[in-house]
Amino acid sequence: MYRLTGVTKRYTRGKETVEALRGVDLTIEDGDQLVIQGPTGGGKSTLLQMIGGLDRPSTGSVELDGVDLATISEAKLTRLRAEKIGIIFQAFNLIPTLTAQENVETALVPLGVKPAERRERAAEALRSVGLGERLGHVPTELSGGQQQRVAIARALVKKPKVLLADEPTGNLDEGTRDDIMGLLEGLWHEYGLTFVMVTHDSSIARRAPRLATIKAGQITLTEQPGARQYAQQAPGVRAY
Amino acid sequence: MFGIYLKRELSRRKKAALVIALGLALGIALVITVNSVSAGMTQAQDKVLQSLYGLGTDMTVTKARTAPTSGSSGRPNFQFDAKSEDDDSTQSSDRVMTQGGQALASSLVAKVAAQQGVSSAVGALSLNVTKVDGSFTQGKAKSSTSGQSNQGGPGGSSGGSMPQVQGGGASFDVNSYSVGGVDVTDQDLGPLSTSKITSGRTFTAAETNAKLAVVGKSYAKENKYKVGSTFKISGTKYTVIGIATPDSSDSTTDVYLPLKQAQTLGDAKNKVTTIYVKATDSKQIDTVKATIQKNISGTTVTTSADLAETVSGSLSTASDLATSVGKWLSIAVLAAAFLVAALLTSSAVSRRVREFGTLKALGWPSRRVTRQVVGESMVNGLLGGALGIGLGLAAAYTVTAISPKLTAQLGSTGGGMGGGPGGGPGQQSAQNTMEIALSAPVSATTIALAVGLAVAGGLIAGAMGGWRASRMRPADALRSVS
Repeated sequence: MYRLTGVTKRYTRGKETVEALRGVDLTIEDGDQLVIQGPTGGGKSTLLQMIGGLDRPSTGSVELDGVDLATISEAKLTRLRAEKIGIIFQAFNLIPTLTAQENVETALVPLGVKPAERRERAAEALRSVGLGERLGHVPTELSGGQQQRVAIARALVKKPKVLLADEPTGNLDEGTRDDIMGLLEGLWHEYGLTFVMVTHDSSIARRAPRLATIKAGQITLTEQPGARQYAQQAPGVRAY
Repeated sequence: MFGIYLKRELSRRKKAALVIALGLALGIALVITVNSVSAGMTQAQDKVLQSLYGLGTDMTVTKARTAPTSGSSGRPNFQFDAKSEDDDSTQSSDRVMTQGGQALASSLVAKVAAQQGVSSAVGALSLNVTKVDGSFTQGKAKSSTSGQSNQGGPGGSSGGSMPQVQGGGASFDVNSYSVGGVDVTDQDLGPLSTSKITSGRTFTAAETNAKLAVVGKSYAKENKYKVGSTFKISGTKYTVIGIATPDSSDSTTDVYLPLKQAQTLGDAKNKVTTIYVKATDSKQIDTVKATIQKNISGTTVTTSADLAETVSGSLSTASDLATSVGKWLSIAVLAAAFLVAALLTSSAVSRRVREFGTLKALGWPSRRVTRQVVGESMVNGLLGGALGIGLGLAAAYTVTAISPKLTAQLGSTGGGMGGGPGGGPGQQSAQNTMEIALSAPVSATTIALAVGLAVAGGLIAGAMGGWRASRMRPADALRSVS
């Protein structure tokens, strides 16, 4: 479970100090899905970075299962990211020289998984997102949707507790967007992940059970109990 | 994963990798070339010095120079008898002098040998013989008689007859050569050690005072001496038993005699001009030199290092160039190559912010990211090292194949046996010119140095890139993407 208390993040640009987050309080239960929406520069990505342990707040605390990510050592934070948090990026962020399978393997490297097991688990993760035939392809040989599927496989291959997605469909067309969202929500259901996603897309935001709107660093939470999710529409997602 | 990632990244950035490797290769090749040429110069200088000293001689001891005493000119003088009228027969006179006019007591040889750090010591006497052959013809005095008047000045007689000398004159041939008195009981050290006996034999240990001679090849040719020929010095007849060919120079002695014979000829009983010394440890030469100078006063100790300073000519110039300009040039090029490699690596890391940021976000520790960068840089360094070694070997091979000729002018320091035939009596410093072919030997140490430099270059560049990569925060890296 996540518990954010009075999280403030300030950036200094020259002589000017910008407050990206202003005293954010937020609780995310295990297995929740939360969508963060808001205007550009409102603090969406900054909040995701705090939750993902990619950055530390200027003040306040970010607790994951009782561990304050704001104060633990860099080594412990790195280990925690490796074990518990899967991240999906808008631009996919695949290593251009590595194949799809090798890209997925990179998530298992810091966990010390043996090469043979690594290869097997990466292949299985790629098969589960429908890319069983593309294991040896490098990113430039894959479409945008396929690249994002590789990124999803990379995020999930380590069986994380939390899945974070920063505008995962921002670079995709509408059809592919629905496919990817269906896949993500299917996996969320399947594994009981805590799923936090940043999006600009209102059609996606409307379908989330919880919506956090963030403006000028301040958060407003909306519960959407009747939201109809992609997973119910998406083609069958196979467990791996 | 490390190996696969490294291989893929290097093949993706072939151009950058090649630029870094070539920069390092150039620096390393220059270091190998300068090192090998310097080694060649040292070998050439050693050859030159060996021709003076002989292999195995570490230093020589000579008498410290003193100012000439008043009344002693140090010049040879010759006495010829006036012969009777009508006798125009040839007269010959040999003037034998110790080279430089300076000699040490033979007893000092044992004293030097007894010094700490001295393995063995051998005395030798160096003489200069000036031979004058020729004849006088006396003029004939004739009186003038008829009607010739002498209009001489005051005191001159008038009306008498005046005698006039007519005819007569002198024709002399001057020949100068050097004689070395050799300790026949130990010929591994001393003047004969610079030569090989190419005909006949050398002295036996028993021939300490035999009237036998070994003659230098060029002197033998000049005088048509062969084994078995005889010649005289100051009236003493010597038989040639061997012809000695100098190892690498013509700057050797013309005639070698047993030491006692030379001492008799030079009127230098129990005297030597040079003591040849071999040290027990070639690394302790300076210490041994200091010991001898301290314990035996009135002597000058000359080591091969001292003698090397007297070498001039193109060998010396090239050697100076190799050690000064060459050294600094290779350091400058190497430093520039290291800097370029470090900057290119650092710049490559900057272009991979997204990549390394993603890996950190995935939980890769900084040290693993750094290791990846250093690994790539090390491969670049080793590639540069391999290329550099190839280029350096090719350059060294080319120098050896061309074998440029260098000349060395050797100025003897007044000691040693280097005076050779050109050194006349009383002449303190003689000069001999030698021609040496330059080679560029590449030693295992040089190759090891090149490999070390390649690793160092890779590590320096990798350390800079790795440091930059390790300082990246995953959030910063991802922020730069958007």
